[in-house]
Amino acid sequence: MSIIHDFEYYKPSTLDEVTNLLSLHGEKAKVLAGGTDLVVQMKENIEAPDAVIDIKGIAELHEILFEDTTLFIGACVTFSELIESEIIQKYFPLIKEMSLTVASVAVRNRATIVGNICSAVPSADSAPILLVYDADVIARSVSGERIIPIRDWFAGPKKTVLRSDELVKGIAISLPHKKHAGCYEKLGRYSGEDLAQAGVSILAFEDLHYNVAFCAVGPVPKRAYAVEKFLTGKNISEKIIEEATQYLLKEISPISDIRATVEYRTHMMCVMFERGLKKVVSRLHGGGNA
Amino acid sequence: MPEIHFILNHENRAVRVEPNETLLEVLREKLGVKSPKCGCDRGDCGACNVLLNGRSVRSCLILAIEVDGQEIVTVEGISKDGLSKVQEAMIDNNAFQCGFCAPGVIISATELLKKNQHPTMDEIKEALSGNLCRCTGYLPILESIQKATKE
Repeated sequence: MSIIHDFEYYKPSTLDEVTNLLSLHGEKAKVLAGGTDLVVQMKENIEAPDAVIDIKGIAELHEILFEDTTLFIGACVTFSELIESEIIQKYFPLIKEMSLTVASVAVRNRATIVGNICSAVPSADSAPILLVYDADVIARSVSGERIIPIRDWFAGPKKTVLRSDELVKGIAISLPHKKHAGCYEKLGRYSGEDLAQAGVSILAFEDLHYNVAFCAVGPVPKRAYAVEKFLTGKNISEKIIEEATQYLLKEISPISDIRATVEYRTHMMCVMFERGLKKVVSRLHGGGNA
Repeated sequence: MPEIHFILNHENRAVRVEPNETLLEVLREKLGVKSPKCGCDRGDCGACNVLLNGRSVRSCLILAIEVDGQEIVTVEGISKDGLSKVQEAMIDNNAFQCGFCAPGVIISATELLKKNQHPTMDEIKEALSGNLCRCTGYLPILESIQKATKE
């Protein structure tokens, strides 16, 4: 299938050029990084921009930086680069664990974590991980930069709060100062290409509080605050897991679609939540490094 | 129409492309490089894999204009001076039936073996997980890659 409409291709080398182009073209412009979503959408005529702005010529957007316990991931950083990064391996192994579940090597070599949250499909693998870390999205326009907490980022299926004149420059994550361990549990049909049918990420802290977020079981990925509140101060036991699962069921709203039914998603969410809780507690006490 | 310059299979090439043409279309239709195949045309099957600056990518999901100044290698480039070890092993092992997925598989295997000369079977499976094959059931392909690493 070919792309049937014409567009202008721009490859600016500075952020100012990008924001100028965005303020000029507005909704008629699309930003191109890895292209693994955008090119498919243009082929299927879901997107038909007048201007395609390739941001890969901007050096600072390729950076993974770790300064003063804050991680910055630029908009052009691919999942493969995250997997290979020593900074990620050392301080944020959960990001590596999640990245390894995204599609397959040749897609990960192009697809970016920023693109993943900008596409904002309900099954975005990056989303639960960024949610449990309370990441910030850094948006830039001609009028300056603004910080959008990830919990406010998703506005609906495939919708975000990003304005049409804004570019996501990158993501910032503060390394939690307390001892912690995380995990990402994903349900897919086969490893290689699949979107999550359900996903849950848990970040557990040694002072017995837990951040829990999920994807693909509601219109937007989100934190499970009621579950977190219930779990606070509690050691994980079979009984606690059972009670926490009741809170979880109130927070998810899965649908039946081509990939899975409501019943299957709901059942598997409970199974994965239990597995995840046991895994993070084990990791917190020295079993594994995420 | 803009002209792009890039290295294709170790040679400098220049070609005029429309911004909306994919790399796969330009390779096959304008440059006559036929090893990358159009399978699903949406990044799922791996038949169109090529190496971009040494990394495997889906050529159906890249605009040709994006590779200006970059390096592309296809199976034609890998076997320019004779077949690679992994290609030989695939022939010896009857790894393919129809062969449509073969170029993409060879690209994925080449990338893997460059990074990791002694991959485990799990690592081979992970590296090949984005290449669909509808004939073989995968086993002879995976075994050929393992065989190539042992010789």
